[in-house]
Amino acid sequence: MYAVNFLLLSAALFSIGVFGVIARRNAVMVLMSIELILNSVNLNLIAFALINNDIDGHIFALFVIAIAAAEVGVGLAMVLMIYRNRRSIALDGLSEMHG
Amino acid sequence: MLFAAEETAEHAVEAAGWFLENSWLIPLIPGIAFFVILLFGKRLPKGGSEVGIASMTASLVIAAGAAFQWIDRVDSSHGEHVGPVIRQWTWWQSGGTKFGIGQHIDGLAVMALLLVTFISTLVQIYSTEYVKGDRRYTHYFASITLFSAGMLTMVLAPNMVQLILGWEIMGLCSFLLIGHWWEERANSEAALKAFWTVRVGDIGLLVGTAMLLGIFGTLDIKGINEGAAAGDFGAQSTLMWAAVALFIACIGKSGQFPLHTWLPDAMAGPTPVSSLLHSSTMVVAGVFLVARLYPVFHVGLEINAVGQTFNLIAVIGGITLIVAAALAFVQNDIKKVLAYSTVSQLGYMMMGLGVGAWTASVFHIFTHAFFKCALFLVAGSISYTASHHSFDMKKDMGGIWKKMPITFGVWMVSTAALAGIPFFSGFFSKDEIIDSAKHADYTIFYIVGIVGAFMTTAYMTRATYLTFFGAPRGGAAHFMGVEQPDNEAHDDAAHDDHGDHGDDHDAHGQDDHAPVPGRSFPFAPFDSPWKITAPLLILGTLAVGSGYLNAPALGIHWFEHQTESSIGLPIAEGHGEEAADLAHAGEGDEEAGTAAEGEDEAEHAAAEGESADSAIFTVPEAPEFKWSAAAPGLLLVLAGFLTSLFLSFAVFGKRKSALTPLVGLTQRSKPVGAVHKFLVNKLYLDHLYEKIIFRGVAYPISKAAYWFNQKVIDGVVDGAGRSGKRTGEWVYRNIDQRLVDGAVNASGMVASETGHALQPVQSGKVNQYGALLFGAAAVAAIVLILLNV
Repeated sequence: MYAVNFLLLSAALFSIGVFGVIARRNAVMVLMSIELILNSVNLNLIAFALINNDIDGHIFALFVIAIAAAEVGVGLAMVLMIYRNRRSIALDGLSEMHG
Repeated sequence: MLFAAEETAEHAVEAAGWFLENSWLIPLIPGIAFFVILLFGKRLPKGGSEVGIASMTASLVIAAGAAFQWIDRVDSSHGEHVGPVIRQWTWWQSGGTKFGIGQHIDGLAVMALLLVTFISTLVQIYSTEYVKGDRRYTHYFASITLFSAGMLTMVLAPNMVQLILGWEIMGLCSFLLIGHWWEERANSEAALKAFWTVRVGDIGLLVGTAMLLGIFGTLDIKGINEGAAAGDFGAQSTLMWAAVALFIACIGKSGQFPLHTWLPDAMAGPTPVSSLLHSSTMVVAGVFLVARLYPVFHVGLEINAVGQTFNLIAVIGGITLIVAAALAFVQNDIKKVLAYSTVSQLGYMMMGLGVGAWTASVFHIFTHAFFKCALFLVAGSISYTASHHSFDMKKDMGGIWKKMPITFGVWMVSTAALAGIPFFSGFFSKDEIIDSAKHADYTIFYIVGIVGAFMTTAYMTRATYLTFFGAPRGGAAHFMGVEQPDNEAHDDAAHDDHGDHGDDHDAHGQDDHAPVPGRSFPFAPFDSPWKITAPLLILGTLAVGSGYLNAPALGIHWFEHQTESSIGLPIAEGHGEEAADLAHAGEGDEEAGTAAEGEDEAEHAAAEGESADSAIFTVPEAPEFKWSAAAPGLLLVLAGFLTSLFLSFAVFGKRKSALTPLVGLTQRSKPVGAVHKFLVNKLYLDHLYEKIIFRGVAYPISKAAYWFNQKVIDGVVDGAGRSGKRTGEWVYRNIDQRLVDGAVNASGMVASETGHALQPVQSGKVNQYGALLFGAAAVAAIVLILLNV
């Protein structure tokens, strides 16, 4: 079993995630892309844990999942608030913080 | 560090008796009382005076106990040498040298302790009446208690350091007490004068002490005395200079000739202070120092050496005694007469020490203290009761003997003692000094002594006449209820010279002219209150009685027997001019270096005097008293009395006589007036000190200092200031404005420009931020990979 399979899958997921974060205008889609990135990281962690026969990676992945859940919770709440105020969740319009 | 518990010298303490062993308490108690009075005195019902009196009484009791035990110790010694009781504790140490504090008690110290505590107690009792209601009543008692403590500390000193400590405490307290009423300028000036004049002498004390440490390697008085007595020193001249330096201190403290001018001015203090200062403390300290370190002076100045006709101590003493007696004639202030009389008597003591009459001089300290204290207290009693706080004999006294029997009686007895009338105490001590001078072949000083006796009698007769007899004048006339002889407004004139004495200060919280509270006007017909008369009576009794402790005329040598161990030198026994002469021949030869002959003779001398076996130096034995020897002096005393009495009646009396034209002679006749003026101006010594020495030395110094200040110091300061200003301006222009401000502005500008340049990056778009983030991460990843490969 080679780590390269896992790593390739993980890299692919990561790239898709990054593309989603950069290219999508829909806030929900951005959040989902972030989930992809986090899961690619999880995949990496578990892969290395398997190869090194170490439990730490698994535990760490569990933590990442928990944090990701919390993050999505906060993110969706924010999105909900934005939608209520602006009747839109397009990120292009949210540029009040520009310099 | 204070009072480290180790006791350095325990020897000779065993079985000396409790009082002798613990006599260090005597100065300690008043020392503590000083602080108690100062801190709590004002809250106490009697303003702190009770603490002062109680402490002095406690000290007196211990001193009396010590005296009894000392007498017992001497009596039980059966002719052997009686050592002092020395205890010392380490006070502080510096580089391995320990400085002790403690006690050195022997016959001399016991005598002085008893004297000081006794007289201080009486004076404090007297003071409770005399300074009643004074605004600084508490401070007065605090100072006077510390004053006594200082003298007691000095008297008990086992080493020079403690001696200096006590000596300086006294100097400080004399300043405080003389300037007690400092609101008047004259008083504070007198206080300063006393302090500084004594300080001039104190330099000698420090130098002398340092020299003694150098010569003998110890500061212990016992060690110094033994070293000097055993000839255990380097060169004779070194010891001589040490003795001279120490004697300069005594000149300052004891008011000897060139530095005596502070003593009469010290009359500015309250009368009880004058009394204490002039009898048992302060001025006696100088004489006491000479007596305490007698071997140093005796050997250093070669007193009693063969063929010596004069030495420093005797000469200074002799000059003082004559000069002060002469000055006493022209004083109108009764306290000043007494002050000069003290100076003169101190001259006697010094002269006595200078001719080897140790016992007689120390005994004169003893007797003089009682009668001089009494005389001053009488003067205070008169001013308190009779003369409206004036001390002017010519303006405010006269004829008061009828109304003040106790005061008058004590005055007469004390005057008789001072004049040396036979069977009063002064006679026994003074006559012995004079007799010793003759006996030890100091003929000049014998003549000086009897002339001094003549003058003493004469000026005291004058003072007595002016004070107690004749027509009452001024304040006294008021007191006596007599019309004044002339209708001048004496009451005002009498108070012109407040500055001279200051005792009529508003101490009583009201006008000078009003009667003393509690005494009806005109005053109660009789004497002062009991608090004043009781001490007077006690002192008057002692003015007669104290002489009988050592009355050679009656064959009593008790005092001598008790104190002779304190001399530090053996007494040449066996009637001996020869013994003394031989002893000193030995000294002289040894100095010359031809030891053989000297030793031979010294041995010869030693064979004659048993106790002097190993001693090189001895003091001559007191001469045997013969009435025939005393006769010339007594005749002169009688002559002085009669002359002065006659002159007083003639000049100051009411009736016209052949001598009446003499009244006012000093104003009319130029030569007589010149002499009078010379004396009134105290031989122009004050002028010499103030005008010539101060102007001659201090003015050029101050002028030079002013020039130096203006030109050099100010120049330096100005130059520094100017160059500082210029530097400052340059720094402001170039560094501050250009460099610092430039840097600040530049950094601000850079930040601002950078901000503007980077502004577009902050688009506010989340996607763009994400792109940047991942872009940066990608770059970092590439860098990482490149670095690791």
